[in-house]
Amino acid sequence: MRPNDRKYSTSHEWAKKDGDTIVVGITDFAIEELSSGNTSDLVYCDLPDLGRILEVGETFGEIESVKAVADLNAPIGGEVVEVNSSLEEHLEKMAEDPWGAGWLVRIKPSGSEYDELMDAEAYEKHIAAPH
Amino acid sequence: MKQTSLHDVHVRHGAKMVEFGGWHMPVQYGPILDEARRVRTQCGLFDLGHMGRFRFSGPDAVALVDKVASCFCAKIPIDSIRYGLLCKPDGNPIDDVLVYRGQDDVFMVVNASNTEQDLAWIRAHAAGMDVTIEDQTNELAMLALQGPNSEVILQRLVPDLDLSKVGYYKSGFGTLSGLSNVRMSRTGYTGEDGFEVYFPDDQSERIWNELLAAGERDGLAPIGLGARDTLRLEAGMPLFGHELGEGKNPIEAGLNFAVSFHAEKGDWIGRSALERIKEHPQKRLVGLVTDGKRVPREGYPILHGGREVGTVCSGAISPTLDTYIGTCYLPLEIAQAGTPIEMDLRGKQQSAVVTELPFYSRNKK
Repeated sequence: MRPNDRKYSTSHEWAKKDGDTIVVGITDFAIEELSSGNTSDLVYCDLPDLGRILEVGETFGEIESVKAVADLNAPIGGEVVEVNSSLEEHLEKMAEDPWGAGWLVRIKPSGSEYDELMDAEAYEKHIAAPH
Repeated sequence: MKQTSLHDVHVRHGAKMVEFGGWHMPVQYGPILDEARRVRTQCGLFDLGHMGRFRFSGPDAVALVDKVASCFCAKIPIDSIRYGLLCKPDGNPIDDVLVYRGQDDVFMVVNASNTEQDLAWIRAHAAGMDVTIEDQTNELAMLALQGPNSEVILQRLVPDLDLSKVGYYKSGFGTLSGLSNVRMSRTGYTGEDGFEVYFPDDQSERIWNELLAAGERDGLAPIGLGARDTLRLEAGMPLFGHELGEGKNPIEAGLNFAVSFHAEKGDWIGRSALERIKEHPQKRLVGLVTDGKRVPREGYPILHGGREVGTVCSGAISPTLDTYIGTCYLPLEIAQAGTPIEMDLRGKQQSAVVTELPFYSRNKK
């Protein structure tokens, strides 16, 4: 079971409340799909500028592996108030610690979309379904 | 989705499986770049059971191939192989193929995704000809051994054919691990020395395992389609659907060697259109290299002087050159090595430079 202290989107981002902001990352499942279990296969992560206003579902960045590029989509709307710039030099953090040190952005939410996201149990069912 | 006879072997081996050309194929067993390096320095084993394979026999076999393919089949020496294209009357290719000239037959290897379409196309053009066309895709296994150690490894299982005497783009027949009359050709899609072998499909697992055992001490390991794509791109070899297809003809792709305008070949499908294109080409397939952060990917727009001049056909990380590479068609006036261009990534631009193909040649190391 994945952490139940946060919520999940269908496109494999997670969102975790931290005071009045929400920290966003991508799940181990997404990392595994992209890197095929080889962390060295991750080559680049494109993150948004500070202050960017995101709508829910908006593509805010891209993550690139040797063979593919995947969009990063905002699980909630709001303003980007912090980005994990350490990922630029240490992409492996995303694979080693996707729930912690591998976080992507911190968003100051503009609405209540967080409540609409899946909990861990629903996300488990989502990724277990044929895709 | 179709499966080769080695499908379960790949799954057991831990391969990541993906859909490719209608088949469920291994894209990688481990890191793609490590697999590509292994082929350049040691040896890799590929399951190519998805590739379409046809046999033409009968009095008009050669004439049929000369009618549908761009290479000059009648002039291919027995046991030699040529690369060619199947084209439409307008010169646009419907596939690129290998043509094996036999003593009394012709064997053709085509792309997996085009197999049915090619077969229907060729059959439609065989009307009135005395030729038997067999689809051998399902009855034959196809494996490739690629890398500098290929000959030494394969020879261990082949007692009666001296592989050192089988030249580049030539084939021989010998006994492979007890299977007699196996076609073995010095061909491949990696830019490295190596062989492709064809034998009854029900023997595929045994031969696969015996090859791996015979080559273990020389670094042989299975390689997926991901590394195969990287290797062929480094070697400047086109992939149908990327460098070739509608609007991407063999002349502008730089494949003149595969297109025969010899008078004796007579008229063939696409000939006159390609002759006209040869007189007045509009664009040229080139390589591009970038030392930026992003890997070229199919579809990225290419800019020159702020104007869109093309799109990326294929792109990859090149472990051999330690840089990021891609291909694209550019208007002739800027298709010169050294021309600075830009790759557009959703409005962000990354600089790149035009280079000649191939990026890598084992003869020019």
